[in-house]
Amino acid sequence: MQLARVIGTVVASVKADGLEGVKFLLVQPLDRHEQPEGNPVVAADGVHMAGPGELVYIVGAREASQALPNTFVPVDHAIVGIVDAVEELRYGPRTEERR
Amino acid sequence: MKVGRVVGTVVSTISSPVFEGRRLLLCDLLDASGHPDGSYMICVDTVGSGAGEAVLIIDEGSSARQVIGMSSAPVRAIVVGVIDQLIVDDELVLREG
Repeated sequence: MQLARVIGTVVASVKADGLEGVKFLLVQPLDRHEQPEGNPVVAADGVHMAGPGELVYIVGAREASQALPNTFVPVDHAIVGIVDAVEELRYGPRTEERR
Repeated sequence: MKVGRVVGTVVSTISSPVFEGRRLLLCDLLDASGHPDGSYMICVDTVGSGAGEAVLIIDEGSSARQVIGMSSAPVRAIVVGVIDQLIVDDELVLREG
């Protein structure tokens, strides 16, 4: 699963069976410093609330369709959450500072 | 399976139901010498791992759903172990704890 920024909306009136009512958004995958990485992809909106400008996380491959009500549909990327914050942490309960 | 290091957490209130009540970890992936290879992955924690720890990651959907115990869920990457040592070519490249 990867971070991505929603950069646009895709409108398609003719779609494969099962994709009726599914919202498609154009998203730009990001690296962990929230910088663009690779080419934009079209992702189905599995949370029904994502919109342009938002930071989200996406899941790829076969698991993408599992985010939708009908899980046997031809979808290869889906938005599965809207990110409130990415918190970078250096050390936790079982580790000492090592960097 | 992949080797990674937990470097952060992702906070999300609006998400697919499978992620509710679960911790999302931001993990750098490590190469065979134990250094970050430049890529990362957002993983669901299943073992209570914490920041800075070297972890074992599965990036495959059906295994992930099996561990989480849901037959249908849009989840792919999960942390399934905390690494104590990584030995490559008889050399200790990671020694944790």
